[in-house]
Amino acid sequence: MIWEIKQRRPRHRTGARRRSAVIAGRLAVLLALTAFSALTLVPLVWLVAAALKKPDDLFHYTFFGPRLSAQNFVDLATKVPDFGRYVINSLFISSSIVVVQLLFSSLAGFALAKYDFRGKSLVMVIMLATVMIPGQVTMAPLYELLCRLRLVDSYLGLIVPGAISVFGIFLFRQSMLQIPDDLLDAARIDGCSEFRTYLNIVMPISRPMTGAFCLISFLGSWNSFLWPQILLHTSKRFTLPIALNQMVGMYQQSYGMLMAGTLLSILPVVVLFLLLQKEFVAGLTTGAVKG
Amino acid sequence: MTTFKIGRRRADGSTPLPGGAARRTFRFQQRLAPYLFVSPFLILFAVFGLYPLVKSILLSLYVTNGPRDHVFVGLSNYRFLFSDPDFGVAVRNTAVYTFWTVFLQLPLALGLAILLSQKWLKGRNWFRLAFFSPQLVGQVFVGVIFMVLYVPQYGLVNHAIHAVHAGFPLDTKWLGDARLVMPALVLASLWMYVGFNMIYFLAALQAVDRQLYEAAMVDGANGWQQFLAVTLPGIKPVAVYVLVMATIGSLQLFELPYTMLQQSAGPDKSGLTIVMYLYQNGYITGDLGYASAVGWTLALGILIVSLIQMRVTGVWKGASA
Repeated sequence: MIWEIKQRRPRHRTGARRRSAVIAGRLAVLLALTAFSALTLVPLVWLVAAALKKPDDLFHYTFFGPRLSAQNFVDLATKVPDFGRYVINSLFISSSIVVVQLLFSSLAGFALAKYDFRGKSLVMVIMLATVMIPGQVTMAPLYELLCRLRLVDSYLGLIVPGAISVFGIFLFRQSMLQIPDDLLDAARIDGCSEFRTYLNIVMPISRPMTGAFCLISFLGSWNSFLWPQILLHTSKRFTLPIALNQMVGMYQQSYGMLMAGTLLSILPVVVLFLLLQKEFVAGLTTGAVKG
Repeated sequence: MTTFKIGRRRADGSTPLPGGAARRTFRFQQRLAPYLFVSPFLILFAVFGLYPLVKSILLSLYVTNGPRDHVFVGLSNYRFLFSDPDFGVAVRNTAVYTFWTVFLQLPLALGLAILLSQKWLKGRNWFRLAFFSPQLVGQVFVGVIFMVLYVPQYGLVNHAIHAVHAGFPLDTKWLGDARLVMPALVLASLWMYVGFNMIYFLAALQAVDRQLYEAAMVDGANGWQQFLAVTLPGIKPVAVYVLVMATIGSLQLFELPYTMLQQSAGPDKSGLTIVMYLYQNGYITGDLGYASAVGWTLALGILIVSLIQMRVTGVWKGASA
């Protein structure tokens, strides 16, 4: 690209000197990138080290101590016996939301990408208009509504309203616009119903987008705090962010234990990310760049 | 724009079905399909999205005590809100945070993206992975991690700064000193979001037409001139998108300070943000009407700021995906 250093060197230099200038420039770039990425990774490496140190060693060694220890995890299990439950709650709620969001968003995205139907443009306009409005606006009446439906303090109260994802619909619509109509028509000529076409043709083609969406959606509900905090009252039903936030208040000085809990809370997302890494980055940037 | 024909597909008539009743059912499901496909979303969206949205306008005109006890008060929620000094503090903190985080975040992200977009670079994916990794960590978890990194005497942040600059006092209380809470928040947010925004810039840079650079070079433009004449216009739509999104996100800051400051607003309310104010004065007290009023005030604020940004940068279609 533009920043390739060789183009900027004055013409009178000899070949060898010019080459060494290029190498020096590249080294500087590499050095800067390495320094910044190391800086980015420090808090995460430190977190892993802190969780695996003996609690007393926490501040004695900057990163890893001479011995690894599981003491922090033992402390966590004894002081917060429900921690395993929080992990399961978070896993259950987040995966449920991913599944329903995926189903509804891909179906609606397909309809908006590949069909003409009455009211289509109205649907698009309403969705676009609500994208700009932050979630905090609807939380209060939603809470009231869920009270009437007796869904407050329940998993369903998180999952059912959580099934809507306008972002997901745009994502799927965007990628499905590129599926050729001829392909769909061919399926129809072979007698596929519209739903079969969706299931057997459209969804397999949209696999990269599906992977990206699953991760984005999972990340969103896994890390969400405010709405679950408002909706869930019983401690047994808490998700990890709520539990961690409370633990910070209750065990202020047990840093090692807090780090162990944080590490366990991040781990599932990291695993999922490593599995879906490629799709994720591709999907994340489609909407923005293709405009 | 939409042609209002009823969902008939081009394949009509060429269906190899035996005709008669079977063909009619086949056509019927074809015509019905799009409505069935959008209906689960539309129904949920109407009940859990649109209805609460409209209802929240009404609700903001009431004082409530829990979900069932309502008293109509007109605009006095808003009047109280604007006269509450705490809300003023929250707005100021949020604005300061947003300003610093956005204007440090975006140039850094763009700079890293430019370095990463060098064609000769090997291992780009590894760097990208490293820069992106903080994005996996939710704000609450970042809050817990940085709370410990900021610990006075022992914390890594103090020791790192002390190692570079020996005059820096090791007992600096980042989270206990009203003047330092905001820098501490901005630093944590930089860690979280620079890599995320870099991904967008990187994709945009790679989409800029190479021939434009060659043309600029033929015209004798140096690196900086090329950046101004080719790169910036080329990435402008994405840059505006990132700017608006980063601003919207920053204006909704809540979890990070709420966790880092141990469920408080920090010394002298130096970590009080608008959403934290909303949570504390709406939900903890059970006044859903007041919560709606704060919510709408925030929404209008976000709308105005976004419109100004799009106006100033001259991109109106920034929000359309």
